[in-house]
Amino acid sequence: MASIPSTRQNPTASSSIDIVEGRSLWQDALSRLKQNKLAMTGLYFLSFMILIALLTPWIAPYSYETQNLDMGATGPSWAHWLGTDTFGRDLLTRIMYGGRVSLMVGFVATAVALVIGVLWGAIAGYVGGKTDAIMMRTVDILYALPFMIFIILLMVVFGRSMLLLFLAIGCVEWLTMARIVRGQVRVVRKQEYINAAIAMGLSHWHIITRHVIPNILGPIIVYVTLTIPSVMLLEAFLSFLGLGVQPPESSWGLLISYGVESMEEYPWLIIFPGAVLSLTLFALNFLGDGLRDALDPKASKD
Amino acid sequence: MIKFILIRLLQAVPVLFTVVLVTFFIIRQAPGGPFDSEKAVSPYVLEKLNERYQLNDPVHVQFGNYLVDIIQGDFGPSFTYPTRSVSEMIFTGLPVTFELAINALLVALLIGIAAGLIAAIKKNTAADYVSMSTAMIGICMPSFLLGPILILVFGIYLEWLPVSGWGYSDGDKILPSITLGAAYAAYIARLTRGGMLEVLGQDYVRTARAKGLAEHVIIFKHTLKAGLLPVVSFLGPAIAGLLSGSFVIETIFQIPGLGRFYVDAAFNRDYTMIMGTTIFFSVLIVAFNLLSDIIAVMLNPRLSYNEEQM
Amino acid sequence: MVTNVRITCVKPRERGDKILSRGDWLICLCLLFFTACKPMISNVDKAIDEQILHFGNGAEPQSLDPHLATGLPESHILQALLEGLVGVHPQTLAPVPGAAKSWDVSADLTEYTFHLQPNGRWSNGDLVRAQDFVYAWRRLLTPSVASEYSYQLHVLKNAEAFNKGDISDFSKVGVKALDDLTLQVTLRAPTPYFLSMLSHSSTFPVHQGTIETFGEMDDRGNLWTRAGNYVGNGPFVLTEWALNRIIRVEPNAHYWDAKTVKLNEIRFYPISNITTEERMFRSGTLHVTNELPKEKIAPYKTKQPDRLRIDPYLGTYFYRFNTNKKPLDDVRVRRALAMSIDRQQLVTAVLKGGQIPAYNYTPPNTLGYTPEAKLVFDIEKAKQLLTEAGYPNGEGLPPIEILYNTSESHRKVAVAIQQMWKINLGVDVAIFNQDWKSYLSTINNANYSIARAGWIGDYVDPNTFLNVFLTGGGNNRTGFANSEYDKFIQLASTATNQTERYAYFQQAEAILVDQVPIIPIYTYTRVFLKHPSVQGWYANVLDRHPYKHVYLATPATTPSEATHD
Repeated sequence: MASIPSTRQNPTASSSIDIVEGRSLWQDALSRLKQNKLAMTGLYFLSFMILIALLTPWIAPYSYETQNLDMGATGPSWAHWLGTDTFGRDLLTRIMYGGRVSLMVGFVATAVALVIGVLWGAIAGYVGGKTDAIMMRTVDILYALPFMIFIILLMVVFGRSMLLLFLAIGCVEWLTMARIVRGQVRVVRKQEYINAAIAMGLSHWHIITRHVIPNILGPIIVYVTLTIPSVMLLEAFLSFLGLGVQPPESSWGLLISYGVESMEEYPWLIIFPGAVLSLTLFALNFLGDGLRDALDPKASKD
Repeated sequence: MIKFILIRLLQAVPVLFTVVLVTFFIIRQAPGGPFDSEKAVSPYVLEKLNERYQLNDPVHVQFGNYLVDIIQGDFGPSFTYPTRSVSEMIFTGLPVTFELAINALLVALLIGIAAGLIAAIKKNTAADYVSMSTAMIGICMPSFLLGPILILVFGIYLEWLPVSGWGYSDGDKILPSITLGAAYAAYIARLTRGGMLEVLGQDYVRTARAKGLAEHVIIFKHTLKAGLLPVVSFLGPAIAGLLSGSFVIETIFQIPGLGRFYVDAAFNRDYTMIMGTTIFFSVLIVAFNLLSDIIAVMLNPRLSYNEEQM
Repeated sequence: MVTNVRITCVKPRERGDKILSRGDWLICLCLLFFTACKPMISNVDKAIDEQILHFGNGAEPQSLDPHLATGLPESHILQALLEGLVGVHPQTLAPVPGAAKSWDVSADLTEYTFHLQPNGRWSNGDLVRAQDFVYAWRRLLTPSVASEYSYQLHVLKNAEAFNKGDISDFSKVGVKALDDLTLQVTLRAPTPYFLSMLSHSSTFPVHQGTIETFGEMDDRGNLWTRAGNYVGNGPFVLTEWALNRIIRVEPNAHYWDAKTVKLNEIRFYPISNITTEERMFRSGTLHVTNELPKEKIAPYKTKQPDRLRIDPYLGTYFYRFNTNKKPLDDVRVRRALAMSIDRQQLVTAVLKGGQIPAYNYTPPNTLGYTPEAKLVFDIEKAKQLLTEAGYPNGEGLPPIEILYNTSESHRKVAVAIQQMWKINLGVDVAIFNQDWKSYLSTINNANYSIARAGWIGDYVDPNTFLNVFLTGGGNNRTGFANSEYDKFIQLASTATNQTERYAYFQQAEAILVDQVPIIPIYTYTRVFLKHPSVQGWYANVLDRHPYKHVYLATPATTPSEATHD
């Protein structure tokens, strides 16, 4: 996308972007992002978590499945920095392995939701008319179908796999995304520069992907940062129901939901997974805010 | 606008019909039937049960009969609770769920707007960071965690509030309302902050400040209404979400609301109850989506109903 | 995290300007409201004066019609509202007079004559007559009622044929009212556990007039079971049934033994979440819970042992094998798997609720019957069997999966067993779970390789366990078919004395242990919480607690009490 900088300028920001120098929006945004300390901290933290997740099989201190039933749940100690769970398994190791699942589910399922939702919403909003009505009423229908039954059927039809989990989560989360995007696109569609682009004879696909979507990135990014946590928790719920991660594997969401059960007896089982999840989401959020601000230099909104 | 609403109401007919049709057929594809139980039911008893609830008929005949029934307002008896009708169960649970949703919404608005305002006014100060971090925790803290924490602190350790129930003893509505409202409070705080910052950056606010108007006059008289617009458009989906998303809260606090029926019906393969609750929630979703679309047009002068209607 | 949540409220108070003073005001109001709620007087605090028992009852009862009810929550309430011919002794479960004052048994053990209480009354004052039992049992067996528990009375002569619709003349069925107070029952064969079955709620009487006032006899939607309509012959009457909220019962003034009843009211709370239930108990909302989360057992043991109850229970937790599926069709593989589970460790480290490791199927000392044949925990032998079957160290073994129905405690057992098999045998098994109905469908269609299961006895007799694995039995679900086994169960059902009967059962059980269609894992216990003020509530394997003996009183201080608080 960086190859055609001049067509992607933000109309409200056109005065502040130096088109003549040919710097793309993205380069511009990147340099602004680099000045945002919070966002960069978030970025470094996330990169760190992803790195750990990738290296886990080599650097994890213990096996994630080997039990020590006689030991059971113990608090943090030198041998087990974050303690052990009720099966005597090292919690740090389980959080590390859980991160692999949660981060992957969080990013991949959100990406699925993002692609479907943005395309669906953008096309409906851009084309308008009957197409819009049909597409958005389809979204209404999917919203209204009983989710539990849908999950139960998915398990039966497809068996159990992580792929299916992404699919199920993506299928649910794109609906709201589509509504938000469609609403924003209706507004952008009315702007003069879109009409100008149409008059110039640019293809609709080109206009949608190069002019419409870049101008609604702000709300999309905010929504993405809200979707990732809900996706991670939804994963835990689906895994609990039997769709997705199966024991002895785990995920952050599952560790938390099991930790809640015994939070009075073994508080470390909820505190550490909860803290890791919260920190990751914080980092993500700061990065999201920073990105949004960087992409839209004038607006100083949330 | 009336034309817009009418057209959307007309569109609701095929939407609801499709939901009824698809749900009716897919629930019968889910494994296990309403009468499967741990101690196996004898084949001849099962036969009689299926006969009694007309499950032996071809599916399209069942569907036809069902359509005729619901048009007459008869949603049939629950399979799981044989002496209860689906309508009776929905109308028993509805007032509770509705009250819970309204209370939670009030909590969310009160806390959310206050926190968002503080954050916006004191942008980039400790107050801003603390409010927004709290909001982030609210968003990522699942209610199945927040609920038990609140119960333990206020119900068990401090003994200030009841740990369960809904209207059984004084103050038992406080904790569930806060728990359900918390996540929405967090969203509203973020939306309020964003909206207010946008408005506070406008030229007329600068002019007002230059004229020496008191800060609270500027905030409450001039900017609050415009700054809260994103919150207003969030209310439609929020109410729908609060109504249909109260299952976890109802379970944790032992509240006899509709959310538990909705989820339990799916697990029990209580076909009539699944249909009844699904239809009910579809109507809600259609209504609130319509409402939020109307508000969106009202808030944005660039859009018009004429172009939106189709 | 707790502190963070509260910040939203507390934070505004630190600001001093005008806008925020409104926030301050609101916060003060909130705090006032919070503190105004204190101090709370709990249900349990008031209960001794009021004599109201608050009872955590698991799920919402599906029906209070004894012929439609199937589950334990329903049974708990029906035991208060209705009374069968024979009751149970609260401690020994021995048959005691119920609606019948006494009974005679014929010499061949197939004919019972019950003499009803001369002053037995329904809650509306009507006399409880022998005809009421005939009506109730006809209703239970009527095909169009489609009662899921109708098989309980199949021991009656011709009852099964009537139930299946083969005969339509109920007078051929072995139950007859000789006069208002005399009921004659003819069985198809001697049934030593018949009296024990009569304390099961499906055999309870119903009031014909009431049922017919509110609808047809076979109408499942008949509203006679609603509060206000309900007419019962039990020690209590139904005064309120609020869906998913509460069921209240109060003493029945017409009950023949009303003077024994001490409670003024029982409130049954349908609570589906066991952690919620424990918190309700702790805050004094409940006297008795239905269950207790495993993690809470140890803390209660050390801090409040007088509140923790671990009672024996007539049930076995086991894993089913699909005996038609490779590699589990090979008995050596089944034996190897069954022999390499460390049940003792599972019970002490995972379950923690005093369960008894089970090496055979029928729970020990079921009416004097303790199975002799036993599985052993022997890893070396198991490895050897696996090698003989052609899978040394689990190599080449086709994939095996453990299926359990979605539940935290089944998951824990499965996770522990998965690891034991991996370490002890080198066998990798996968674990997966399904929601209850999907799980039932999967095992009914034999779509599994290993599945979690449990069996709770309906009455105290080995037969309730062992007849499950008859060839083609509806509850068998393993594909296990053994004519020798069937023969012994059949012989036991016609045996004339208990010694002979038990000998047949022992032989059947030995086949079960030898062929291992199932892996017995442990014998259940009932783990729950009970407030010390609840008196007259005894441990027994059927979890029956005749409410007429229950009352609330300040507990006498006992040595175990001294450790508490």
